[in-house]
Amino acid sequence: MVTNFLLRALDRRTAIVLIAILGVGILLPVLNLATDPSSPFHVPTYVLTLLGKYLTYALLALAVDLVWGFCGILSLGHAAFFALGGYAMGMYLMRQIGDRGTYGNPLLPDFMVFLNWKELPWFWTGFDHFWFAAILVLLVPGILAFVFGWFAFRSRVTGVYLSIITQAMTYALLLAFFRNDMGFGGNNGLTDFKEILGFDIQADTTRGALFFASALALAAGFWICRAVIASKFGKVLVAVRDAESRTRFIGYRVEGYKLLVWTLSAMMAGVAGALYVPQIGIINPGEFAPANSIEAVIWVAVGGRGTLIGPIVGALLVSFGKTWFTSGMLAEYWLFVLGGLFVLVTLFLPKGVVGTFLARDRKKPAEKPIEDVVAPGAVGQAAE
Amino acid sequence: MVDMIQRFKALLAILALVLVAAMPARADDLKPLVDGLGKNGYAALREAIGALAATGDPAVAPVLQALGAGDLYVRKSDRAVFAATKADGGFALKDPLTGADAGTAGSRDVEKIRVNNAVREAVTSALGSLTLMSADPAKRRAAAADVFRNSDPAQIPLIDQAISKETDAGIATTLQMARAAAVLKSDAPDAEKVAAIAALQAKGGRDVLAQLTAIEASAPDGAVKAAAQTAITSIQGTLKLWDGAQNILYGISLGSVLLLAAIGLAITFGVMGVINMAHGEMVMIGAYTTFVVQELIRNNMPWLFDWSLAISLPLAFLVAGLVGVLIERMVIRYLYGRPLETLLATWGVSLILQQAVRTWFGPNNREVGNPSWMSGAFELGNLTITYNRMWIVVFALVVFATLMLVLKRTPFGLQTRAVTQNRPMASSMGIRTPWVDALTFGLGSGIAGIAGVALSQIDNVSPNLGQGYIIDSFMVVVFGGVGNLWGTLVGAFTLGIANKFLEPYAGAVLGKILVLVFIILFIQKRPRGLFALKGRAVEA
Repeated sequence: MVTNFLLRALDRRTAIVLIAILGVGILLPVLNLATDPSSPFHVPTYVLTLLGKYLTYALLALAVDLVWGFCGILSLGHAAFFALGGYAMGMYLMRQIGDRGTYGNPLLPDFMVFLNWKELPWFWTGFDHFWFAAILVLLVPGILAFVFGWFAFRSRVTGVYLSIITQAMTYALLLAFFRNDMGFGGNNGLTDFKEILGFDIQADTTRGALFFASALALAAGFWICRAVIASKFGKVLVAVRDAESRTRFIGYRVEGYKLLVWTLSAMMAGVAGALYVPQIGIINPGEFAPANSIEAVIWVAVGGRGTLIGPIVGALLVSFGKTWFTSGMLAEYWLFVLGGLFVLVTLFLPKGVVGTFLARDRKKPAEKPIEDVVAPGAVGQAAE
Repeated sequence: MVDMIQRFKALLAILALVLVAAMPARADDLKPLVDGLGKNGYAALREAIGALAATGDPAVAPVLQALGAGDLYVRKSDRAVFAATKADGGFALKDPLTGADAGTAGSRDVEKIRVNNAVREAVTSALGSLTLMSADPAKRRAAAADVFRNSDPAQIPLIDQAISKETDAGIATTLQMARAAAVLKSDAPDAEKVAAIAALQAKGGRDVLAQLTAIEASAPDGAVKAAAQTAITSIQGTLKLWDGAQNILYGISLGSVLLLAAIGLAITFGVMGVINMAHGEMVMIGAYTTFVVQELIRNNMPWLFDWSLAISLPLAFLVAGLVGVLIERMVIRYLYGRPLETLLATWGVSLILQQAVRTWFGPNNREVGNPSWMSGAFELGNLTITYNRMWIVVFALVVFATLMLVLKRTPFGLQTRAVTQNRPMASSMGIRTPWVDALTFGLGSGIAGIAGVALSQIDNVSPNLGQGYIIDSFMVVVFGGVGNLWGTLVGAFTLGIANKFLEPYAGAVLGKILVLVFIILFIQKRPRGLFALKGRAVEA
């Protein structure tokens, strides 16, 4: 059934995107490992790590788009799910350090020794195993999203109210994770990772594998989103986005639809965070900052919400722009650019880069309806 | 033995009192007492100090000071006491009471009067009791507090004497307390001690609690211990009440800050329905306006400094209001009816404003001074209230009341309400709705600017100033109920007080998290806030 569900979504366009993502995922690590550093085709490791980071951002953007672009839920708290997934992975990586930390304590991570803790807190048990951490990467954001969404959607908190309480949620988590006695490393977070699944985390081969894993996760995420959108379930989602009350009056249980897609999206964000941490080498409470969540939203807005390619393109473009700007002399002006992007995109490019492009594409020959393009302003009307 | 000495001391003191009462002490009479300091041994020295103190004669004070400083010497030949300073080959002697020259002495002819810590303590307490007789009420008050803290039973007669002479009621009360505390440490009969405990209990306060706890710990079982225990419980109960009151006060203070930050948002978000993420930056602009005004005043007209805030207020309103109108005209008006897009665009505006201020003024905190009438604090019972907090509470309420008046009693307010309630109808009646929109947004932003003037007094003026308030402000408005100013008022103070009451139990950060979680749950229950506007519209 699941195969059927996925395969039905596999039209030509989807297949091309999947192949492109996976192709990049294989090609770049190969170019990094197999070519000589002097070769013009060589991809330096730092570029690989940077692009790997972008890929996880793209997956986060995809997750945001799934709820915002197709269900009209503007989440200003998706960074919370991203960071929670990251923390789950970070805890596993911390356990892998073993007694190679600064204090050489075989039982406790460095920061706990520093805080004079005597034993491992209960919630750290099990993180010695990769599979356990991997499950929690999905479960923790999923459960948080489920509980949060269950309350929020059942009491019909919608529109900006929902946005603001998602922001409050990530803000509360930010404050909580800053506390030392939470047992997650406080201010400094988790860092100094040594190895993952027994491989040196700094090695080029590991980096390559992580890059490929990110590409794989992005491709899988894209495919799943595509399948969700193409299904009958996805049609109802779009209906909820465009006219929630009407959908409810027709007889759909709107809460259920929203809750399911919301939880799925949170899990995707969690996976993105889990892949982000080993590549960056640190996770700290700063990842919960409301600004991060909003940045994820701007990726989607720039790329084009309501398209699935859009968020990927948007995340890559904006992140690349950020790296380019902040590494040069223009670092000071990056916030002007980012702020300007927010304003200009919402004013002049409401469908985003990809959305505008697709809409023009559609006008010429009406070859095939593209379900995943939003009518401009539809979300706004819904929220009115 | 100790008992003997104490009795002897008391006797001596009484004797001295009688002397003092009988005739004004003259230097001649004091001389033998001063020479008493020359006796061998610390115990004798302390007794002599007690005797000197018991005269209550201010003339004794310099002697004691000299003793404490280690300047007193004994002439070996006749055991007379002098204040001596080193001169070539020996010492220059002076009479310690009058300061008159008393010749010189070889370094072998005199002997320094050694002091140890016990002696120094005796000197301090003796000096304290001497100043009880001072003519200056402020000195007497300080001395009375000193005596209360030391509560030396030997000083009881002296305290009694001071009480009989005291004219100031406040100082007399302190002295009574000091006497009660001293009685508790003496070997007076139990009944007297119980009465003293009752007197102390009536005064209350932390210092009394500390003394009573010490008494309670050392007293043998019996009436005194029991009385002390009940007194401690009662004082602790009172203190808990005061703590509660202090918490409420802190809460009101925090609430007024929240109110100031949120009240502009209550206009733009609550009344107009515009999600203005740049609201915090309006507050920041107001704070920076204050900074600029103060800089100008400091450099050009320092005498005007106390008026700097009054000058900043209208300017901050204008600057922030103007920025607000610009934002409305350039961005927001294209996005009416699309709240999510408004949210994103104004977030972008906030980033631009922050960076602009950072580029202009630098990323560091800027110094904004408190005018003299805003610094300092006063006490109300056991509560300490700082003036700047108090003025901010007053100011927040004044701003709130003014805003209410503007919205309810002016033509502009009428138009605003008309436009928000039914835009097409208002437009048909001839109201220029775009103008009203722009001005209302400017009003909300201007009020945020005013808030910035006030917040510059208690917060760091930095480009990030606004970000710290934006989430809190939204919480207040949403909690209070969108579109209802009274809701914002109640919401701000409720959240402020709740926050401060949680802090002692949960810590500052956890308290804040709990409040946030509470609001999130609250919105689930009442999605439209405390005071929801009732209507029949179906929200999509």
